[in-house]
Amino acid sequence: MSNPCAVIGVGQTRYTTKRRDVSIAGLVREAALRALQDAGLTWQDIDAVVIGKAPDLFEGVMMPEAYLADALGAAGKPMMRVHTAGSVGGSTALVGASLIQGGVHDRVLVVAFEKQSESNATWALSTHQPFSASLVVGAGGYFAPHIREYIRRSGAPEHIGHLVAVKDRQNALKNPYAHLRIPGINLKMVESTPMLWEPIRYLDTCPSSDGACAMVLSSAGKLTDSTPAWVLGTAMRSEPIFRAGRDTVNPQGGKDCAADVYRQAGITDPRREIDVAEVYVPFSWYEPMWLENLGFATEGEGWKLTESGATALDGDIPWNASGGVLSSNPIGASGLIRFAEAALQVRGMAGEHQVDGARRALGHAYGGGAQFFAMWMVGSDRP
Amino acid sequence: MREIAVVAFAQTRHSAVDEGQSESELILPPLDEVRAATGLRTFGFTCSGSCDYLAGAPFSFVSALDALGAWPPISESHVEMDAAWALYEAWVRLQHGDVDSALVYGFGKSSQGDLREIMTLQLDPYYLAPLGLDQVSFAALQASATGAERAELDEIVRRSRADGRANPYALDLPEPAGEGAEVEPLRPYDIAPITDGAAAVVLAAGDLARELCERPAWITGIAHRIEPHYLGMRDLARSASTADAARAAGVGKGDVEVAELHAQFSHEEIILRRALELPEGTRVNPSGGPLAANPVMATGLIRIGEAARHILDGTASRTLGHATSGPCLQHNLVTVMEA
Repeated sequence: MSNPCAVIGVGQTRYTTKRRDVSIAGLVREAALRALQDAGLTWQDIDAVVIGKAPDLFEGVMMPEAYLADALGAAGKPMMRVHTAGSVGGSTALVGASLIQGGVHDRVLVVAFEKQSESNATWALSTHQPFSASLVVGAGGYFAPHIREYIRRSGAPEHIGHLVAVKDRQNALKNPYAHLRIPGINLKMVESTPMLWEPIRYLDTCPSSDGACAMVLSSAGKLTDSTPAWVLGTAMRSEPIFRAGRDTVNPQGGKDCAADVYRQAGITDPRREIDVAEVYVPFSWYEPMWLENLGFATEGEGWKLTESGATALDGDIPWNASGGVLSSNPIGASGLIRFAEAALQVRGMAGEHQVDGARRALGHAYGGGAQFFAMWMVGSDRP
Repeated sequence: MREIAVVAFAQTRHSAVDEGQSESELILPPLDEVRAATGLRTFGFTCSGSCDYLAGAPFSFVSALDALGAWPPISESHVEMDAAWALYEAWVRLQHGDVDSALVYGFGKSSQGDLREIMTLQLDPYYLAPLGLDQVSFAALQASATGAERAELDEIVRRSRADGRANPYALDLPEPAGEGAEVEPLRPYDIAPITDGAAAVVLAAGDLARELCERPAWITGIAHRIEPHYLGMRDLARSASTADAARAAGVGKGDVEVAELHAQFSHEEIILRRALELPEGTRVNPSGGPLAANPVMATGLIRIGEAARHILDGTASRTLGHATSGPCLQHNLVTVMEA
């Protein structure tokens, strides 16, 4: 029904703990210029800019799109700022795609970033509004009980999380942009790291990264690339954080969002029909949890897929071939990186972590109290 | 483009002081009102605008989902901008053709902090914010560049406050008085008042819009443009982005009976009027405008809602709603609506 949209350019910065050599503007511009270069375009070819990032408190700059308009060549153009919690990177891509699908523009630059070194995200996440005081510190404090509940329900053995922590870091060694690159990473190494939030050990969590990611999206009539990644389906879903009876372990919003994207893309059996998935896994246990939520495994069986090696780079359904959020986490950009990595895979441009012959890839992001979801399916064939 | 219209608009009775309501309590009544007006309980798309820094905590939009009762899960997004841009995103989403209705809302409690200081945080953190110029000082630079006569500014404030007193949703503010400057050349009454409030709009496409209301306010043009951030790169006496957005939205293609302008300082009305090339006969801010009620993050959406209301109730057939963002009118959105 809507106009076709394709990814024709991807740009990333090398993710790292502190990018002291660039300002926030310099960081986003670096990613944007690389995306333009990939697309063979210049600033003049862009109709509109969509920027996303997680809470402004992370850098202490309110509504940074005002300040970043100049660096992103947006002056004289429409610019939008998206914020949907952790899923924001994904939502940013979807708002950009929407502008093309709605027939409003032909070429849109989408950019997302976080410069975590400018402040301390854990504490920025730990201030609460009046009358809703919380003792939870950081995202790990919030999600650990959900993971414990998953383990209780599924009876998963305790090493499953560590398997994901190892697998994603092994993949990261093949991705030149990845932040955490730990040569010789193995189970023992993960097991020996301190317990942060039971059962999450230090290496079961994502790092704090500085970084930005950008994509150039195009209408069918304005392609510059012979191997575009076509958008086959897009969806967002949100549910209330305090709704009594909501299942935070296997959220309905995630199931509905996936079902919507699969319907648009004509997918009936995700495990077989999707070649590679870039899924937002900030804590290792979220791989088996999302395997179930996204329909790659039946409820209670996700951990068996992880244990069997199916989600490894040489498995039948590689998850996070790039190393995922566990290896690079510039929070606001992390969702967009998932979407961009999915696009790179179906364009055959993922380099050493390329999944051979990938034709359909899923990009996924979630945020808030596992209540905001953004997903897209991209493919090598025009829909 | 697909025909999209504003079919319902509601706002809170805005308050100058914190009345102890949380953001979700603030937004619930307008949501209920637009649902009742349209008879819709669910929407194809939902989008909101708010700002974490007003609440002083991350994710101020999250609790609004509880007010919304977003269950079963909804297709929803959020802009960290004035909710006028949420309306723009919803309008774009409705262009896809697979959904026919959208709910848009925005809210803000600027009574909770020091707005002048908070707005300083949206400046370039390396080169501008450290200079310590607050929002009113920036605006005063622009007021100086505009070179407006004091009498003209006074008349804008007098008219806005009088209209505001006649508007049950706006604040009751007295006739402007006093000669002391806040920041030269601006006087305290040239500045929009601190306000808590929220607003909601329902958009609908084609036949659904005709079904839901007698006189939908059809959006015949909507566009926005941003300008460079640095004041030195702009002619502060003019608003090039407003003029560009107005051209793209087709403002000049017909008469504009009513224009609701997001002017948070009296001199901004002069700049905007000029950029929009509004004729003498256009009624500007009959609601009182932001100088009579400025619930930050909802103010721009309210301009569109107020402009739409004149079409919904049959008192006008072509109106304009304007919204702005960023220091000194950096980013402007123009919406033209017709009966």
